[in-house]
Amino acid sequence: MIAEDSLTPAQKIALRQSRRQRLRTRLATFPWWLVIVGLIIGATLWLITKSPTYSEAFATIRTGMVVTLVITLISYTISLLIGLFTGLGRVSSNIVSQNIATLYVEVMRGIPMLVSIFFIALVLVPGIIEMLSFLGSKFTEAGLTGIGASLANMNTKSISMSVRAVIALSLTYGAYSAEIFRAGIQSVPVGQMEAARSQGMSYGQAMRNVVLPQAIRNVLPAIGNDFISMLKDSSLVSILAVRDITQIARLYAGHSFRYPEAYTTLSVMYLTMTMLLSLLVKLLERRLANNGK
Amino acid sequence: MENNNSSNLVEIKSVDKWFGELQALDNVSLNVPSGKVMVIIGPSGSGKSTLLRCINYLETPTNGQVWFNGEKMSGDQKELNRHRAEIGMVFQSFNLYAHLTILQNITLALKVVKKLDEKEAETLAMEQLKRVGIADKADKMPAQISGGQQQRAAIARALAMRPKLMLFDEPTSALDPEMIKEVLDVMMMLAKEGITMIIVTHEMGFARAAADEVIFMDHGRIVERNTPDGLFNNPASDRTKLFLSQILHK
Repeated sequence: MIAEDSLTPAQKIALRQSRRQRLRTRLATFPWWLVIVGLIIGATLWLITKSPTYSEAFATIRTGMVVTLVITLISYTISLLIGLFTGLGRVSSNIVSQNIATLYVEVMRGIPMLVSIFFIALVLVPGIIEMLSFLGSKFTEAGLTGIGASLANMNTKSISMSVRAVIALSLTYGAYSAEIFRAGIQSVPVGQMEAARSQGMSYGQAMRNVVLPQAIRNVLPAIGNDFISMLKDSSLVSILAVRDITQIARLYAGHSFRYPEAYTTLSVMYLTMTMLLSLLVKLLERRLANNGK
Repeated sequence: MENNNSSNLVEIKSVDKWFGELQALDNVSLNVPSGKVMVIIGPSGSGKSTLLRCINYLETPTNGQVWFNGEKMSGDQKELNRHRAEIGMVFQSFNLYAHLTILQNITLALKVVKKLDEKEAETLAMEQLKRVGIADKADKMPAQISGGQQQRAAIARALAMRPKLMLFDEPTSALDPEMIKEVLDVMMMLAKEGITMIIVTHEMGFARAAADEVIFMDHGRIVERNTPDGLFNNPASDRTKLFLSQILHK
């Protein structure tokens, strides 16, 4: 600390100005928006504890939490696996796998998610089931009664809407994360692959041991953000009547006519989850940035 | 049956390489006897690096053949990986595996390609790190050590595979001037140990001191091949004379 008495008047003015400047920067960079988000969440929590209608809405909607989380987690995991392999296909020099991967990604990205959920759940899945049961009846005719009967007995109803919702979300998000993985793989300098190949590693060995570990590290924040998007987009499965928090809020609002209670609570529930998760992603991002040095 | 002279570790026979419309190598033939140090010099774009990369098939020749250790190189991946494990390569930009420590950089291929266990691989790796004088950096990440040390680590990584041949692609071109010597010293040591080496470089002093033979390339062709004395003091072609006068009067 500088002893202020020993300063000339001009220096004192300069010191005061620099302090004011610092304060101004701090005020300008302070996350005021976060305070407001906190206030909104706090106010809603207060309503939930104080107001009987709000607490009833919350108690009802909360019952869909398990469905929302389970669907999000399972779909996310599957979509990452699909994305990883599709991303590998996108950068592959094999024309067949490259084209299949690109076809899948472009088709999924060209259809609105709401529409592709309808299509996958109500057209694709039933279509595949029908095909399987048709094959089953052919197997039975050919004398393979064991496998034939079990396939022939499948009907569209044997796949629940929740499972179809998971399939739909996984397939749509698989295409998105494929692009993330592709970008990650392409962000690793070619020299890394060349060095590995020059040591006698096969393409697969080089990919697994050298390129992918670096690629995945580069895209971890993006993959984390994908989870947040998946959590939000899981609300779309409510159109298949899957009882996630959105669907339950809709039902509750529909028969109680408490629209503000239902949708305020629902929105704040999503907001709280996504805020916490994006905070985690930011921390992860900072840790990765520091480790890289 | 195609014949091959067995005293040559590498034989390049009439190799052409085209990149689209651009011809990088034009009917290049070259044999490299076992135990010799060959230095390739020439202006940039003359095909030196491409020729080097054709030897371990990082570039596939458009025409012609490359023979290594009495066997013809081909596009067959299994064969190729087997040959590459016996050909060490050192790159201009080091290409150390950025996510691994220096020690792990060396042990990776020993484990994955040579199927050594962790202990054996680490012993071999430490041996090579001592040889190039950076054993104390074993646990550092590549980004934490200097360029010269990174390049020495890359040399150790290649040596640990016990290669029959070492390829150096402008190993000092990306280095700060004060780090060039430490890398050249290591290469000089290897040259004296009798390892077969093919080196693309702009370090004429090193070429003079270390090479058994120097090759001058221009426009994808080998213009001249001679002992360092012969090539530097008494170049046969005008093109070589011009290149040497330009590079020596910088």
